[in-house]
Parts: sequence; C-alpha cells; structure tokens
Amino acid sequence: MSEPRDTFVPEPERCEFSERPAHHFDWSRRDFFKLAGSGVAVALAVPADVAAQESGRGGRGGQPLPQEISAWLHIGEDGAVTVFTGKVEVGQNIRTSLAQSVADELRVPFESVRLVMGDTSRTPYDMGTFGSRTTPTMAPQLRRAASALRDLLVEAAAKQWNLAPAALKAADGRVADPASRRTVTYAELARGQSQASMIPAEDPVTPASQWTVAGQPLAKVDGRDFVTGRHQYTPDLRPEGVLCGKVLRPPAFGATLVSFDPHDAQAMPRVTVVHDGDFVGVAAPRQRDAERALAALHAEWKTTPQPSSRELFDYLKRNVEEGAGRDNRHDTGSVESALVQAAHRLEETYTVSYIAHAPLEPRAALAEWKDGSLTVWTGTQRPFAVRDELAAAFHLPADRVRVIVPDTGSAYGGKHTGEAAVEAARLARAAGHPVSLLWTREEEFTWAYFRPAGVIEIKSGVTQDGRLTAWEFHNYNSGGSGIGTPYVVENQRIEYHPVHSPLRQGSYRGLAATANHFARESHMDSAARAAGMDPLEFRLKNLTDERLRAVFQAAAKSFGWPGKRERSGQGFGLGGGVEKGGYLATCAEVAVDRVSGSVRVVRVVTAFECGAVVNPDGLRNQVMGATIMGLGGALFEAVDFDNGRITNPRFSLYRVPRFQDVPEIEVVLLDRKDLPSAGAGETPIVGLAPAIGNALFDATGVRLRSLPMVPNGLKI
Amino acid sequence: MSIELEVNGKRHVVVADPETPLLWVLREELGLTGTKYGCGEGECGACSVLIGGNVRRSCQVPLRAAAGKSIATIEGLEQNGRLHPLQQAFLDAGAFQCAYCIPGMILTGVTLLRKNPNPSPQQIAQFMQGNICRCGTHPRIVQAIARAAEAMKKAPQ
Repeated sequence: MSEPRDTFVPEPERCEFSERPAHHFDWSRRDFFKLAGSGVAVALAVPADVAAQESGRGGRGGQPLPQEISAWLHIGEDGAVTVFTGKVEVGQNIRTSLAQSVADELRVPFESVRLVMGDTSRTPYDMGTFGSRTTPTMAPQLRRAASALRDLLVEAAAKQWNLAPAALKAADGRVADPASRRTVTYAELARGQSQASMIPAEDPVTPASQWTVAGQPLAKVDGRDFVTGRHQYTPDLRPEGVLCGKVLRPPAFGATLVSFDPHDAQAMPRVTVVHDGDFVGVAAPRQRDAERALAALHAEWKTTPQPSSRELFDYLKRNVEEGAGRDNRHDTGSVESALVQAAHRLEETYTVSYIAHAPLEPRAALAEWKDGSLTVWTGTQRPFAVRDELAAAFHLPADRVRVIVPDTGSAYGGKHTGEAAVEAARLARAAGHPVSLLWTREEEFTWAYFRPAGVIEIKSGVTQDGRLTAWEFHNYNSGGSGIGTPYVVENQRIEYHPVHSPLRQGSYRGLAATANHFARESHMDSAARAAGMDPLEFRLKNLTDERLRAVFQAAAKSFGWPGKRERSGQGFGLGGGVEKGGYLATCAEVAVDRVSGSVRVVRVVTAFECGAVVNPDGLRNQVMGATIMGLGGALFEAVDFDNGRITNPRFSLYRVPRFQDVPEIEVVLLDRKDLPSAGAGETPIVGLAPAIGNALFDATGVRLRSLPMVPNGLKI
Repeated sequence: MSIELEVNGKRHVVVADPETPLLWVLREELGLTGTKYGCGEGECGACSVLIGGNVRRSCQVPLRAAAGKSIATIEGLEQNGRLHPLQQAFLDAGAFQCAYCIPGMILTGVTLLRKNPNPSPQQIAQFMQGNICRCGTHPRIVQAIARAAEAMKKAPQ
C-alpha cells in the first residue's frame, strides 16, 4: 500500500511567487534600539535550511544562505512588548493570533503586546505571507523568542535577588520569588537596559495543553478602528501635497503603443505626464483631474490576435511546456494492468476556469521620494519582494527603499506583486510630490493575475467490493497542490503538466488544491456510485489516514449524512482532503428548481482539523470565509476573455457571492492540542466545490465537471 | 465652482467640478477616508454614505446632487466617544475580516434598522444584497445587525 501524499511532492508550487532576493543585509543592533527604544530584546536566528524550507525553494545559484533573523521581540521600559515580524495582516487576523502566542509564552497580558508588521526597514526579512505558513512557522518561532526573552528576564531578576533562576516564576508581566513573595515587573527589569541577544531557534515552548492566552477566542486587535473608519488602508494615506496617479493601459493583452499626444494633458494645471519605455502615466492633484488627463492622451495602439476563453481548454491541452521533467510525475505499480482487472472502470475530464481574487481594496500604493530614498506604502503579501522589485526598477540599493504594508483590504493570494508600488514610485519621482495610486476595479480585474484555469483527466479502477485499485490523474496547468490522493491505491500515475498560460496567472487561496480536489472528490463520487456504495462508506473503505477519517465522520455526523430527500430537486454531497497540514471534510445540501433551473446551496457543514487551535473565533471566521469565497468559484465565477480583452471586468458582470447566496453554514472544529498547529486560511476552501457538485448529482443525476458549475443555472 | 455640503453635522464649502462623484470629494477634499472606493459603479457598497438618512452609493452621486443635503459618513456615527449600537454589534460579533467593506456595511445596516427595526435574517440578507464582502463574513454581519436591532429596542437612540 502506498500513501502518495507523503512521498509525492510535485515541483514546489510554481504558481506561488516565492523567489528569494539575491542579497541579505545585516541588521545593526544600534539601529534597532534607535527604532525600538531602550529595553531588552531578543532576535531569533533561524538556520538557513529552515528559512529555505519556508519558501519551498533554496537559495539562488545553490549558494548556502547565512543564518537568518526571523523575528525580533522587544520589551520596553514601560513593559510594552513589541514584536517585529515581516508578516502582513490582510484580514486573516494574524495580528491577533501572533500576539496571543507571544503573550502566552512571555507570560504577559495580551493587551501589552503590539506587532510591527511588514515594514522592510523595521522588521526582519520575510519571504511573504502566503502558503498558510504564519501559524505553523512564525507563531512557534515567536514563541521561541518569547521563551528566550522570558528566560533573560528571569535571569535578571535572579541576579538582583541572588537566587537561582529555577526558583523563580514568571507570570502576568512579572517575575516572582514564591519563597519571599517578592515580585519585580518586566518593565522594571527592562529599565535602563540596551540588551540584545541573538538566540537560536531551540528554546522549548509551552505545550498547547498549557496555553492560557492562545487557544482563546480573542477579538480582533484594533477592532474599534475598523468599525469607525479610522483605520487607514493604503489608499487612505494622504500626506501633504499628495497627487493622484493613473497609468495608461493597453486596450488588450499584447497590444503595443503606437502613438500618444501628451500636449492636452500637460496643459492641464499641475498635471505631470510620464513616458518612460512602455510606461505612460499621469499625476494630477485629484482623482478626477487624473482621469481627465489620462483620457486626453489620445493613445493609439496596435493589437495582435490573442486567445479567447471559448477555446481555453483546447488551448491548455495544446500548449503544454516541453521538458517539464519527471519531478511532476508520480508512478507506483501498474495502472494499466489494474484497470484491466478492475470490475468498474471510470474515465472523466474536469475543467476549471480562470477566476479573479477581486480583493475589495484594489491594488494601491503611496510613494514618496526623499533625498534619493524611496518609501512606498502598499498592500502586498510580500513587502520584501516588492522592495526588491522597486530597487531593481529604479536601480537603487535595497537600503534606499522602504516598503510598509498597512493592514490591507484582503489579498487571497492575489497580492504577491508590486505593480502599483512601481507605478506610483515612477510618477512620484517625475512629479516631485508623493503620489497615491489606486487601481480601478477594471484594472484589478484585468491587469492583476488570475487563479490558473486547468484541465484534469482521471481514470480509475474499482474492484467488485469497492476497493480502489487504479488511479491515473493528469492536471494541465492549474498546478500541483493537492494533486496526490489521500486514499490508499496501489497503482497510481499522477502527473502535473505545466502549460504556457494564455493569461497572467498566480497564487490564489488554496492554489491548485481547489481544482484537484474538485476533480478527485467528484470522481470519487462517480466511483462510489459505480460500485453501488454510499459515497462516505466508499471513501472510508479506501482511507486509512485517521485524521482525515475523523473529519469525514465529524462532518457527516453534524450534517446527518446521508440526508433524507423530502423534496424533488434536493440533494446531498460531500468532499474532503488534506492540504497544507489541515484536514477537511465538507457536506452540502442543494436545492434545484427544475422549472427555473435555479440552484441554491441550502446548507454546508465543514469539519476542519488543523492541530492545536490558536484562536477558535478567528479560525471560524476563516473557515466560514473560505466556504463563502469558495461558493463563487464553485457556482458562477469565471473570467471571460476574448481576443486579449477581459469581457467581464466589473462586479456588474463578474458575479461574486452575496448575502442571498450564503447558505446556513456550520463549522465543526476539531481541536487537537496534541498536534502542532497548521495554517487555516486556505484549506477550508477545497472541499466545497466537490461537495456541491456531488449534491447536484444526487439531486438531478447530472454530473457537472466544469468550474464554475452553474453560471447560468441548471436546466435538466 | 464652490458648493456647500453638510457632512456629519458640519458645513463645508468645497471648490470642485460639480460632476465629481461625492466619494472623491469626501476622501480628497474633506479627508473622510472611511468611505471606500470598491468598484466605481455602485455595485459593491464600499462607498455607502447616508444622504438625508438614506443609504446612497457615493461613487454614483455627483457633488451637485449632494449640495445642501445632510450627509453622514462612517466617521459621523460615533457620538461623544460612544459607538453607534450597530458599530458595537459588529465589534461584539467579530463581524469583519479585512474590514474594508465594513463602513459601507454599517451605514447600509443603519438605514435598514431605521426602516425596519425588527428585520428577519432573510430581510437583512435582502437589504444587504448590494454590499460585497469578499472575505465571506456575511453570517456574522447578519448576526451583528440582528443584535443591534435587539439592543436598540432595549435602549432606543
């Protein structure tokens, strides 16, 4: 028997933009205290191989990387604890959950911990906030730093009292000597200090069973600022003299600029027109002035024929990258002979469309030049990569560029890049003023990148008694995440085929795991029915992974699987899997109106297990959010394009889930305090589409094999 | 040309093209950046404001149409440091993730509660249908509005 997901890792997810920068610069201790103020600080040193693992890729040119500082922790003379991390807050609530872990480990009140995040001049280098890595990697690293800082403070108290550190106890921001009942606060211990220690990432940390602050459903930090409109997202930063930037966009992909006339625009008051290579943009005092100036450029373009969405899936099959290599392929046993011997043989093709992230805050940046140095505020998941992008674009050393990420209006994998940052910086340099640039919704729908489309071909063989014996799975273009099967199948061939994508594509919440789970879990439903078995029973028969079995059983129990049909058009389905260390099962109930063809998802139960839960309230919000976001891609979201033009680049044309689309959702959390915490921002999205598809089959007998499944309803 | 506006109880005179969408006047001239741009076509609700007590998409309202009317933005809901019951209910229900849509959600919810102080979950969903939350916080937003309705019945504004 084989468990391919343990052994088969296709090429590191190529769609996750995750290349390391070419250079690393030393952190100066003196600079740190200038920023943080006096006190006691620890920096956590992470060995290079751990840092590289974090990214899924090694260093450039195979050169070993130095030890890296992953985080700073500082306690000031007032007892305030400041965490410096390069991670960013985009709505996933890590500003809260990371503070919980630090407060827990350092033994301080939650309110005394503050995070400085995503600021390339103040926080240590970080690859980026993606891949559900914050909770499994950054949280334990911060815990180790907090544990070391606590030890330092205890040692300082022990020295003061001339006692052994082991005799003392740290709690509630103070060190106590239980024997004499003396206490000293951390603040008192930090007073007058300028002590910084580099610590290895080895300090033991508190097991989850003993957590007090972590594990609690604490409310979002700074919540009040968000309900009062006080929080400033990037577009809300408006320094004195700021101008509004706009960029001239081609009418289609692949179009080249033939000519334009800056004369009329330049004649407008305080308008700057920039033409540099293939970049044309304007800066003007106000939004409306900038729009007018842009419209007055009278640009002419030359277009070339481009692919269209109606030919997308043929295109993907025809444009496979040559020489992608054996790394993308997994073989065990003989699929061919197992298929010959199988009692039931199945063969299906699934497709998924391109979809857009459509974060409600579009790409935005504020750029400001001072004395040859550049500061850019921008909502990105990869501040250090954007810093490097800017340094490269403007031929600057990286230390003359600072990128700051205000807590951002969401990302979902869609903000790995720094387009708006580069554009705003170019305009600001020419205009001699800070420039704020906010992409329009159409720009975001057109010039960002998309979740990859894909074609998935599956063959399987099942014995008379319902055992899976053959599994062949080919994914064209969407990617390798979640491509393996968690089921026990002796004979397997699984291959990811990279394709020259017709559209710019990249990371999206869950990456290809959504596509691969849709195809696999829908096919499992077909196979169960071929074998005459209940879909849950069939899965459990072919599944030994206890954690996955547990979530299937938990979801089924809360849902009341297999459900009882009381009306025509009612159907029940399920799907699940393992991805990024999280275990997931989703059950769905649908209602199809046979007259109108309208499809409604009535009820969803998702069971999720990601080890020890750090913040159950935040986790529920993430699982709920992934479920609702997943509804769009499952039912109706698709980017349509025709000859290089996106034909639905607006919310009036691109349908996203809205209030009346939202079913009754139940989230069942399995809190495993005996297991390390895994991330949770992505995996809860992967089971929904197959659960709905399987429920639609149950309701109608029609197997829907394309995402989105019912953009125009379901006529039967 | 110069146009008089009354925003959050204060009078302002702004000099701007009368066709400028109110959204940009609020953000650029008055510094009221709690009102967000999300789509520019009135489809997402991030730019919602109250005009004469009713929710409007400020990206679709030209400055001239707002002249002389009483306008409220998210910044005007808090009174003397006290949150509006709906703001408090959003906090209590944890009804946000990235929260970019939240000012628009709250102002739309305020209008709903004024028109219907006791809405059912279905009525809430129907009224909020024009507001997009991409993070998928809808069930908690519905819950927050229902909670605020309860709170406002107990302690009328």
